[in-house]
Amino acid sequence: MVFPKWTNRVPAILVASLGVLACFVVFAFWYWGSPKHYVVGYQPVQPVAYSHKLHAGQLGLDCRYCHFNVERGRHAGVPPTDVCMNCHTLVKTSSPEIQKIREAHEQGVPIKWVRVHKLPDFAYFDHSAHVNKGVSCVVCHGRVDQMDEVRVVAPLSMGWCLECHRNPAPNIRDKKLITNLAWKPEGDPAELGKQFMDKYNVHPRTDCSTCHR
Amino acid sequence: MILHRDDDPTKRPVLVESGDFHEVTQIISAPTETKFNLTWGILLLLSGSLLCLMLGLFGYLFWEGTGVWGVNVPVAWGWAIVNFVWWIGIGHAGTLISAILFLFRQRWRTAINRFSEAMTIFAVMCAGVFPAFHVGRVWVVYYIFPLPNQMSAWPNTRSPLFWDVFAVSTYFTVSVLFWYMGLIPDLATLRDRSVSKIRQMAYGIFALGWRGSARHWQNYERAYLILAAISTPLVLSVHSIVSFDFAVSKVPGWHTTIFPPYFVAGAVFSGFALVSTLLIIAREVFGLKQVVRLHHLDNMNKFMLLTGSLVGYAYAMELFIAWYSGSIYERFAFYHRALGDYWWAYASMVTCNVVIPQLFWFKKIRHSIPITFIITIFINIGMWFERFVIVITLHADFLPSSWGYYKPTWVDIWTYVGTFGLFGTFFLLFLKFLPQLAIAEVKGVMPEANPHHAHTAHH
Ligand code: HEC
Ligand code: HEC
Ligand code: HEC
Ligand code: HEC
Ligand code: HEC
Repeated sequence: MVFPKWTNRVPAILVASLGVLACFVVFAFWYWGSPKHYVVGYQPVQPVAYSHKLHAGQLGLDCRYCHFNVERGRHAGVPPTDVCMNCHTLVKTSSPEIQKIREAHEQGVPIKWVRVHKLPDFAYFDHSAHVNKGVSCVVCHGRVDQMDEVRVVAPLSMGWCLECHRNPAPNIRDKKLITNLAWKPEGDPAELGKQFMDKYNVHPRTDCSTCHR
Repeated sequence: MILHRDDDPTKRPVLVESGDFHEVTQIISAPTETKFNLTWGILLLLSGSLLCLMLGLFGYLFWEGTGVWGVNVPVAWGWAIVNFVWWIGIGHAGTLISAILFLFRQRWRTAINRFSEAMTIFAVMCAGVFPAFHVGRVWVVYYIFPLPNQMSAWPNTRSPLFWDVFAVSTYFTVSVLFWYMGLIPDLATLRDRSVSKIRQMAYGIFALGWRGSARHWQNYERAYLILAAISTPLVLSVHSIVSFDFAVSKVPGWHTTIFPPYFVAGAVFSGFALVSTLLIIAREVFGLKQVVRLHHLDNMNKFMLLTGSLVGYAYAMELFIAWYSGSIYERFAFYHRALGDYWWAYASMVTCNVVIPQLFWFKKIRHSIPITFIITIFINIGMWFERFVIVITLHADFLPSSWGYYKPTWVDIWTYVGTFGLFGTFFLLFLKFLPQLAIAEVKGVMPEANPHHAHTAHH
């Protein structure tokens, strides 16, 4: 006999362990391989301890005060130091954090903010197309007004973009309210969304060349 | 009757005229049991180096991108796809010989089936690497499979490229199964003949506990028949679908209904040619002249004559239809193909595939091994040119401003050469470690296996 008797059980064990392995691999890809896992939650440390919770939340500054390009261009843009200096020439000037801003401002160099949201270069995104059709910042960026440091809340994957492009109604609101992150619709959001969809003529496209141009 | 034909000693793949079953086993097992064969070693070293070259070049492409190949718009397909279709075509004889000839009870196939099935598998492997790297970003090549993903996107089921993935992978799987099934009884033979424990274990694992009982044989025969029936349609489907890659597109010169049968004929043509080439070599090197007889080579030559003529007919019909269609684009495509920038490729194709195989009408030539060998080489080259001619149609696309002269780069050329290393390495390993002919089946076609044979039937 070439093989001892116990080897008769090997095929069964092999099949069973391959089954377990297969399940694990599927789970691993489904869980760790998903942008819901590796994109959501990204929160880099910024060079200046600037807080949205303070400025946008407590002080109640409108997002567009600083991200003034958001209605006009592809990029919302991050404000130049001039914007900060509107207040910080007077406010908290002794703070070391503010010193950093002032130095940068005086030398005319930008602050090296760390990019938080980033799509690959082959994907085209346009803020103005969304904001002007009644899509609020909160849908994609979450409650920024409650974050000290900005953190990614949406997977930013293609499937996520498409989910809304296929059914935008629940996410459409009055244009006046797009920067009001705390606002909650009364009643069915989809019903309300439909009204504004008609009003703004909202028809998001799903063909590949919409986002891959 | 077939049985009578088997009795004709020139036609059956009999090994020894004494009809000693044991000697058959002995001769076929010998190459796996002898220590070291210098010719084999040198050949393995050579093809192993080519294999490394191929791997290195794919590594280079992986690092640099597909730009290291000569492909660019409008000739986005280039050598990679030429080589893919060529290798897939080569891989066609395997199933044809093992499945269709089996179903038609063409028992002369026993001499060559193991061999050509192995060839099929290795050829499909060589074919597969080209489209995998041609996609550009090989690390996301899994996009071609319908897996759920972050893009919420599925492969385009209307694309023949997608069908191709399934046609080729099904073909590969079934070919491997078929080949392996046939090997099981022979692996058990090798196991039982082994003296060392390691050999026993190694062959024993793959012999799956085969004991050769009547029950085993009954299951085996049934499974073999079923697999043969499954693979038969594949012979037609694989290359039909490969041809759809071209025919379903709207490129003049590609968008023709003749493509599927024309591609299948061409595939069988080139497959038989390469089986012949290799068989003639192996026959000399391993002393298999007793098993692979002139009669078998003659049969294959006839197949090549038939399929070569079919291919010639297809070339002529393409030209005729291009003219008859009245479409100026179609006409231009073929005019340009035959007499344009790449006239030399078209001329080589017609010479190698249509003109030269016509020599097989002469029995003298069919029976001359050196001449057969040379002709098969011509066919292999001609069929490569056929794919080149078809793919290169792209160089004169709809926009004359983008016309250009496509040239391969050194990476294209050496990658192609490297795939011979892939093929050769596997093939040499097969020749050394597995029985080159189906031991059990060869015995089955010996006259002594016939119950009505004089030795056993005394009445
Ligand atoms: C006082 C100016 C100011 C206001 C008001 C403001 N932001 Fe910002 N925002 C910044 C600065 C500076 C950064 C860059 C530093 C950082 O990422 O935290 C930034 C970063 C961001 C980012 C991350 C950008 C990236 O790198 O991906 C988002 C998202 C964002 N803001 C959303 C908002 C929203 C939504 C509002 C309104 C609720 C808002 N901001 C209001 C100044 C402001
Ligand atoms: C509308 C006026 C205004 C603007 C514009 C403004 N800030 Fe402020 N900022 C404030 C006020 C008010 C405080 C809170 C002071 C306090 O804690 O007493 C503050 C606090 C801060 C602090 C905390 C300082 C500390 O040490 O506590 C930082 C850092 C800061 N701001 C950065 C920025 C940056 C960066 C910008 C430009 C993108 C900016 N601010 C724009 C009004 C402003
Ligand atoms: C439909 C989803 C969506 C909405 C709505 C949206 N954003 Fe964004 N935002 C993104 C994406 C996606 C990026 C990353 C863009 C990139 O990498 O090109 C981004 C990036 C940013 C950035 C980083 C810098 C830049 O411009 O790329 C800021 C700041 C920002 N958003 C602010 C806002 C503000 C403020 C609003 C509301 C007025 C808003 N966003 C609304 C999806 C959205
Ligand atoms: C919450 C809903 C929502 C999400 C999420 C969303 N979109 Fe949109 N998108 C819209 C709406 C609504 C429009 C406007 C359609 C119209 O103009 O009729 C739009 C329009 C667009 C346009 C069209 C711009 C143009 O020039 O026509 C692009 C590009 C686009 N989205 C890209 C993206 C990408 C990329 C993502 C994911 C990162 C994304 N969108 C996520 C709702 C969404
Ligand atoms: C609504 C916008 C949108 C549309 C429409 C869209 N895509 Fe995308 N696509 C994206 C975004 C955003 C990404 C990047 C996701 C990421 O990697 O985080 C992406 C990524 C991809 C990728 C992955 C590339 C890579 O290497 O990771 C492929 C492939 C792709 N898209 C194909 C398509 C095809 C095919 C279509 C049309 C059927 C399509 N996309 C339509 C937004 C879109």
